[in-house]
Amino acid sequence: MAQEKLRTAYDFTWRDMEVGNIVTEAGNASLRRTGDWRSERPVIDKEKCSRCGRCWIYCPDGAIKIIDGGYYEPDLYYCKGCGICANICPVAAITMIEEEEI
Amino acid sequence: MSKRVALEASHAVAEAVKMADVDVISAYPITPQTHIPERLAEMVANGELKASYIPVESEHSALSACLGASSVGARAFTTTAGQGLELMHEVVYVASSMRYPVVMVICNRALSAPISVWGDHSDVMACRDTGWIQVFCENNQEAFDLTLWAFRVGEDSRVLFPVMVNLDGFTLSHVIEPVFLPEQSEVDRFLPKFNYPFALDPDRPMTHGALGLPDLYSEAKVAQEVAFRKSTGIILQGWKEFGDIFGRYYCPVESYKAEGAKTLLLTMGSYSETAKVTVDERQAKGDSLGLLRLRLWRPFPFEELRQAVKGVETVIVFDRCISFGMGGPVFSEVKSALYGEEPRPKIVGIVGGLGGRDMSAEDFGYVIDRGKEIAEKGSDRILEVVGVRGEMVSIRGQ
Repeated sequence: MAQEKLRTAYDFTWRDMEVGNIVTEAGNASLRRTGDWRSERPVIDKEKCSRCGRCWIYCPDGAIKIIDGGYYEPDLYYCKGCGICANICPVAAITMIEEEEI
Repeated sequence: MSKRVALEASHAVAEAVKMADVDVISAYPITPQTHIPERLAEMVANGELKASYIPVESEHSALSACLGASSVGARAFTTTAGQGLELMHEVVYVASSMRYPVVMVICNRALSAPISVWGDHSDVMACRDTGWIQVFCENNQEAFDLTLWAFRVGEDSRVLFPVMVNLDGFTLSHVIEPVFLPEQSEVDRFLPKFNYPFALDPDRPMTHGALGLPDLYSEAKVAQEVAFRKSTGIILQGWKEFGDIFGRYYCPVESYKAEGAKTLLLTMGSYSETAKVTVDERQAKGDSLGLLRLRLWRPFPFEELRQAVKGVETVIVFDRCISFGMGGPVFSEVKSALYGEEPRPKIVGIVGGLGGRDMSAEDFGYVIDRGKEIAEKGSDRILEVVGVRGEMVSIRGQ
């Protein structure tokens, strides 16, 4: 499979499937958009954020990015909206907002 | 030059596995398959065969271990029967879908309940749709030959599917017959080293067994089915190459004295030899009768079957299994394969030989007579079972 060119499942026909559906390249999970089944997204309030980094540590998918000034931001290309970051935040700086309200 | 020796079918299979120089054997003993893993364990223990023998705690683990072996490019073999195959069931699908060419010999056994260690085809029929190449043997020579052939075809880089070799429990697995054993050099010429293109290797990381979301699963299954259907070409080529080296040529549908016959009896497995005795006797009396034997069960040999029944009036299909609520599975497949034929022969299904019930030449005589009668007059019986005691109820169950 030429993963570097293909970004979603819809780019694959059955002819593109490798024997036994084997993924022949390592480290290509980052190419797979996993953020499209999210129903809620985390929104971080920079005013409240203490930059402790717990959201970054606890995110099961590594979908929290470190941005300028040592703050944190969800990467919505991958974030599935599980809410662990909002739950773990000691200063309640992260709120889960319904996607349809955005 | 090959030598002719008297061998039990189970031991003939073990010889084939040894000559195929397998790397990993993982099996759990179960009647009537026991003599195969027993003999292989002995070969490994006394140094005749340099392979890793993994004594596992269940059939589920037996096949799982073979999958692991296959994933790193090892030649892997397992064997089971009846309940053991059913316990394996989950992994049976994984093997074919991940395209690991494990070879598995099944000594066909009836399923519980009531508990039966004796033969019929219920076990493999429950695995009919699992995407394994499936063949049925008639005698000891074929058990040896098809086991060897199974490695050659399954491991072909254009195939990469697991192969089930079926031998009837006891009536074949425990029978001693003369078998031609080839020279190792001939076997080596027929069977190249397994060169699996996707072997797991830390220097070349890749993922086997990834998740398939709804947006990819259909594509994965279509790719599998297309590849499986295409494997028929390599199956035939494998038999041709086998014949060219060993002098015995095999085909998907064997015709026995079938030329010009109005009625054909269709069988699978070792009971076919008894049925052939009946065909000989009937032909001698002037009956227009022949026999077809399905050797290849999956992928189903549509084309070969259609060719074999051209001009035939009646096909009587003999099943050693009941698909509950439907009838005989082979009967159903044959009927569906021939439905579009013009003209279409009459197709009748009769079940027998369940749970090791013997089928004599006279019993096959009954199958032929009753089959012809049904073809002519029809039947309102729910099922036709040879020799069953008690009057059979009608199709409505009354």
